[in-house]
Amino acid sequence: MTSIAGTALPSPLRSRQRRVVRRLLHNPGALIGAVILAIMILGAVFAPVLAPFDWDEADVGAHLAPPDDTFYLGTDLHGRDVLSRILYGGRFSLAIGVATVALSLVVGSTIGILIGFIGGKIDEIGARMVDVMLGFPAIIMSILVVAVLGVGVENAVIAVGISGVPRFARVVRAASLSAKQQLYVEAARALGAGNLRIMLRHLLPNLLPTLIVLATLDLGNAIISTATLSFLGLGAQPPTPEWGAMLNSGREYMRYAPWTMIFPGLALFLAVMSVNLLGDRLSQLLDPRTRERG
Amino acid sequence: MTYVIRRLLGIIPILLATWTLVFAVIEIIPGDPVNLMLAGRPASEEVRQNERHRLGLDRPVVERYGFFLLRAAKGDFGESYWTRQPVAAMIAEQLPSTLALACGGLIVGVVLGTLLGVAAGTRPNSIVDSGTMAVALVGISLPSFWIGMLLIYVFGQMLGWVPIVGSGFPALILPSITVGLFLAGGLARLIRASIIDVMAQDYIRTARAKGLARWVVVYKHALRNAMIPPLTLLGIQFGILIGGAVVTETVFARPGIGAMLVQAVLSKDQPLVQALIVYTTSAYIVINLVVDLLYSAIDPRISLGKSA
Repeated sequence: MTSIAGTALPSPLRSRQRRVVRRLLHNPGALIGAVILAIMILGAVFAPVLAPFDWDEADVGAHLAPPDDTFYLGTDLHGRDVLSRILYGGRFSLAIGVATVALSLVVGSTIGILIGFIGGKIDEIGARMVDVMLGFPAIIMSILVVAVLGVGVENAVIAVGISGVPRFARVVRAASLSAKQQLYVEAARALGAGNLRIMLRHLLPNLLPTLIVLATLDLGNAIISTATLSFLGLGAQPPTPEWGAMLNSGREYMRYAPWTMIFPGLALFLAVMSVNLLGDRLSQLLDPRTRERG
Repeated sequence: MTYVIRRLLGIIPILLATWTLVFAVIEIIPGDPVNLMLAGRPASEEVRQNERHRLGLDRPVVERYGFFLLRAAKGDFGESYWTRQPVAAMIAEQLPSTLALACGGLIVGVVLGTLLGVAAGTRPNSIVDSGTMAVALVGISLPSFWIGMLLIYVFGQMLGWVPIVGSGFPALILPSITVGLFLAGGLARLIRASIIDVMAQDYIRTARAKGLARWVVVYKHALRNAMIPPLTLLGIQFGILIGGAVVTETVFARPGIGAMLVQAVLSKDQPLVQALIVYTTSAYIVINLVVDLLYSAIDPRISLGKSA
């Protein structure tokens, strides 16, 4: 029964995935990105093992201490080790970024695939609404959502996630509009597949490359945007070792202790740059318009 | 001309939809604005009712929606919960500072973005190209609040070249660079792609064949046409400028509507939040329309009446 639908992800596609990964890592920029990102993820995952101190362990005698043999990247106002906080902070900042993109991706592509596939009046109205949402500068949209929901990490994720929804909805709508005309959809329908089945088993796998590229390109943006909200005091609150929140506290003492501002920012920059390096190359490999053959 | 009028009229439903969206989001705010205004001070139920009535909060949703649209159209959102001053006047007072920052950021962004984009686009796949694009990538990966802080630390505190606070031109330099750097990264990529397209055109070969100097061909013939695609996105860049203002004004402790918005959200000053969001989104829509109308003026090949 599933002989047709079960081949939604046929083996040629799997071997193409492997080829894409190989070609991706062949590119020096993408390789650098992948290595930096891997190190940062490992650092965040193994923070309890790697970090010399706990993230909230305060050494009262050593507040705002410059980098030395004990505190490799110095300490903050409360005498907490900056390196340890950055390592633990990766758990927040990176996870927040991924959660944000996941939210935009799921909500945005659901809306996009629905209005694009159903078409007609629903598509007309839906597409208009997406356009209006796109008309909002993203940061204004996320600040508005925080104004409604209140300050906090979860709300920052929702805020930035929502501001990314129209970007995904628009692309997925366009893609499913054109996919609807394709022969494979017609074939599935002729075999008696229902709308939901066609959307989930046939349309979605075909949109996957587009979604991967979009999500990767959006991840860097999501990490910066959520960190920006935390920096403005609208997202993660102290003492959470989130990088944006650390920068917010570091700002007040940067005159006396620049390391409290330099290193969390460096972590943020490296994470975003490595994601962007990967996203750029990935879009060259997977985007149908520029996809390289071979 | 009829096209311009049609476009101007076409903006009305978009503005209405945007204001409706803002109203819908604000309607879901949990909490009683009157409690926020009282800020913990005790008040009798009668006082609360009077205040609710004065703010029109006891009316039905439909009525409040109509009232909100009316306020948005008039640009009058009443007075701030905290300062009790008309929010329009408060915003008008802070606007010049933000406009100065936006102009400064735009100039830095466009000049830097154009230089990088042209340098890369006229020599595609060369070392200059990869180097420039690497710089652009760094530009868009740098959190602007961090760049702002680094600039303050290096040029303000360590070297002491420029003042960090103040209202004059020198105090505008670092904030403008902060806003401009982010803009430049994205713009450089767009201009590069655009220049590569244009340089392959016949009229560029003609210009080269005439023996014109390379920089004349690039800057007088190619750039003019290559600027059109990036220019259409200039309206969208305005959104980046607003975001840049929010962050940069906070980092540099500059007065302005960006920092004002953050403070209004933190202090839950609803009228101020509403006014700022309605103003910025409306300005965004209008600017995008103006940019649309303008690029036809730059490129005579785009004929307005027919392209619509």
